[in-house]
Amino acid sequence: MRLRGLIRKETFQIVRDPSSILIGFVLPVVLLLLFGYGVSLDAKHVPVALVIENPTAETSSFAASLAGSEYFAPQAVPHRPAAERALAEGRVQAIVVLSSNFTRQLPSADGAPIQLIVNGTDANTARIISGYVDGAWQNWLEHTALDAGRALAPPVIVEQRVWFNPEVSSRNFLVPGLMAIIMTLIGTLLTALVVAREWERGTLEALMVTPVRIGEFLLGKLIPYFVLGMGGMAASTVMAVWVFGVPFRGTFLVLLLVSSLFMLAALGMGLLISTVTKNQFAAGQVAIIVAFLPAFMLSGFLFDIASMPTVVWGITHIVPARYFVSSLQTLFLAGNIWSVVATDMAALAMMAVFFLGLTRRKTRKSLE
Amino acid sequence: MINPVIDIGEVVKRFESGGRTVTAIDRMSLRVEAGRITGLVGPDAAGKTTLMRLITGLLKPDAGTVRVLGFDSRRQAQDIQAAVGYMPQRFGLYEDLTVAENLDLYADLQGLSRAERKDRFAQLMDFTGLGPFRGRQAGRLSGGMKQKLGLACTLVGRPRLLLLDEPSVGVDPVSRRELWAIVHALVEEGVSVLWSTAYLDEAERCDDVLLVSEGKLLDAGPPAKFSDRLQSRTFAFAVGNTDTRTVLDGVRRFPQIIDAVIKGADVRLLLDRPADAARLGDLARALDLKEDALRPVAAGFEDAFIALLKERETTSAVPDAAPRYGGKPDSIPLPAVANGAPVIRVEGLVRQFGTFKAVDGIDFQVAQGEIFGLLGPNGAGKSTTFKMLCGLLPPTDGKALVLEIDLRRAAAKARGRIGYMAQKFSLYGNMTVSQNFRFFASIYGLAGKVRERAIEHEMEEFGLGPFADVNAADLPLGYKQRLALACAIMHQPGVLFLDEPTSGVDPLVRREFWHRINTMAVAGVTIMVTTHFMEEAEYCNRIGVIYRGRLIASGSPDRLKADHRGSERPDPTLEDVFVDLIESYDREHAL
Repeated sequence: MRLRGLIRKETFQIVRDPSSILIGFVLPVVLLLLFGYGVSLDAKHVPVALVIENPTAETSSFAASLAGSEYFAPQAVPHRPAAERALAEGRVQAIVVLSSNFTRQLPSADGAPIQLIVNGTDANTARIISGYVDGAWQNWLEHTALDAGRALAPPVIVEQRVWFNPEVSSRNFLVPGLMAIIMTLIGTLLTALVVAREWERGTLEALMVTPVRIGEFLLGKLIPYFVLGMGGMAASTVMAVWVFGVPFRGTFLVLLLVSSLFMLAALGMGLLISTVTKNQFAAGQVAIIVAFLPAFMLSGFLFDIASMPTVVWGITHIVPARYFVSSLQTLFLAGNIWSVVATDMAALAMMAVFFLGLTRRKTRKSLE
Repeated sequence: MINPVIDIGEVVKRFESGGRTVTAIDRMSLRVEAGRITGLVGPDAAGKTTLMRLITGLLKPDAGTVRVLGFDSRRQAQDIQAAVGYMPQRFGLYEDLTVAENLDLYADLQGLSRAERKDRFAQLMDFTGLGPFRGRQAGRLSGGMKQKLGLACTLVGRPRLLLLDEPSVGVDPVSRRELWAIVHALVEEGVSVLWSTAYLDEAERCDDVLLVSEGKLLDAGPPAKFSDRLQSRTFAFAVGNTDTRTVLDGVRRFPQIIDAVIKGADVRLLLDRPADAARLGDLARALDLKEDALRPVAAGFEDAFIALLKERETTSAVPDAAPRYGGKPDSIPLPAVANGAPVIRVEGLVRQFGTFKAVDGIDFQVAQGEIFGLLGPNGAGKSTTFKMLCGLLPPTDGKALVLEIDLRRAAAKARGRIGYMAQKFSLYGNMTVSQNFRFFASIYGLAGKVRERAIEHEMEEFGLGPFADVNAADLPLGYKQRLALACAIMHQPGVLFLDEPTSGVDPLVRREFWHRINTMAVAGVTIMVTTHFMEEAEYCNRIGVIYRGRLIASGSPDRLKADHRGSERPDPTLEDVFVDLIESYDREHAL
């Protein structure tokens, strides 16, 4: 009966408090739309300056093949200095130069050289562009050879196949990871704020001098936010699969299991933060620094964990979101790969037990 | 029922704060008898709240024993918490839950069954008069109603012992009376009550009083026991035509008088020893008063409180550093208004927030050298009026002029002639006393030698010299109050605005504060003050009662009391007047 009373109270509060609605519903939807539609790690329609020093049939054939690709938006530039200016001013991301002897050297054994200059400010994009130009060049060579009826004979032919995300769309990779961020928001940030608020407003002091037990109080907080978080998870899954068309290759039961474990770990962290800080402002700051930002940057959601420096790589192991992101990406894109999912689940379960246990120890029916 | 309901033996409680150990409760022993209202009375920081928390088992004593209803607080805290009702200072109402939902929560927590609940709720609603507001969210209730709801929530489980921690702070006199009525009815039913308060008039209504200060129990017993000791030590001068403040000032110089306050047209005295009464005739002559102006009056609890605290010389009270304003009276920059013209003039003042009229057509005037007090329940429009006068908020309609200037449009120079002391301690806590002084001096445009002299002067005047390098946050409460006032007046303003300057300050500090205010008024400074302490209203020349955005009465405290004298109440207190005014206003404007 006491537990029921607490849960009902918490539910009323969630429904009536604009900040819960904001963090619990509005923020996840905004994030999903932003990452689903807006942010993309793919390079498409990259503006490229194309310098053709000696126009011939071959050069215009290559130019046409570049223009036909969805990755490039080539602009013809009369000479090199103009192209360099355009690059410096950021109007183009790369310069492709077909030198005056292009057509002459093309049939020769060494082949014709093309020069590529890429804006390396954003190293990632630079690498992608360089790869694309390479690909486009190889492609064109093969086509030209075929048209000419002679086989191109490079020493090795790379036959590429992309697994799990064949269209190489970053959305398929970002949206599942984003769900971990949303759950962290609800589980840790929101929970940390609401418990700290009870300390701040003095509601807890009156509550403590009733027959209520600490376990009941904690469960009274855990259950409503668990339900809220899982609701957010379900909504995100629906949006991911049916709105953004992200493939889902695992099973929903496994997804439910992993999410529940992560949710418990996140809630445990939130409760612990608020129990220690007892102040909404501090709780919010701490939650953002220890939970939200690591979930964003160290979980593998945006940045590849394997390529991080060793120290940072080591730190990622204590970020719960890391295991969740890995499981989510596996479940959505690859399927039930047990060796991955089971390891992640074990790590999450350990963290949930650790945080909830510590919270239980730290929360006392006392003001000391 | 177990008697005593609370038995505390040799309890010690210490806190660590900033590397220092503070002894909040120092070997305290006391008993609270069953079936009575026991008042826990003491200045701020005396240890009242700590004691309450020790009794509820929320804190554990470092030494000694706390037994509540026969349970030991160390081992049986859960049993205590199931049997007592505790209302902390800021009662934890869930503001986004309705009245009924808050009650339901506490009924669930106390394990009340459905059947019991219906009767109990009906009874509590009836008790508190909250029936019509069941569906309203607690955050939208008035201060008084919130407090009553808090009480109702603690009463849901029918506690045998009720612990109330300063339940009447921030509650207007009307709601305060209702709270008392509820608690009296509970005692009839056999509930024991421990009521902590800093209001001395409330102590007088308790059956027993525990007087605490600095973590020690000074004395215990029925209130009459306290005042009986002061027989033949309390007198009053009927001042007649002489100015009360001049008399007060003279009386304070008399070493045998340990306390003197203005009470309407009287100056009330407390003597050190009854034998000193013989010398009062000389004093009357020295002050140009007729000898028959002197009459003995009955001692009250407040006199006993002051006497006991002065004997102990508590640290929060500060030795009287004879305050003088600006050194010599002629150094005061008198306001540039024609002789006799009001210094503050308010005409048809209106302030509207959306559809709500917070201030609805207020008129009043304040003359030079007057102390004008604004009284009213929370949310009546006091602070809004105040802010418009200080130019912090534009009026929707009407005029609010200070020295015939609209401060909202006035240049900085005009603002330099007023002083303002905000409700909350608005100094920089992590700056030292002298840094605060320097900052405020620069704000007021004092520089060079003028600034150094002004700072030196205020330091000496307010006895802050020894604290020059102490951070403002670490000052004792009484000194914080002094520093705040000193910073507000260091540019020697002709008009002073004080917004609830003494909330959260104990009676001794309050007296010292008013002593300074009086001295300034005598020197010709015009002072406007808001307060919710009725005793402070007595110190004002005139008061205005604000209710629902209107000025429903104004006049000198004595005039107002005379107007409300009735056959069943020949000598009404200001609180009676206040309650009367509000109740009759509500009757006339009933929907």
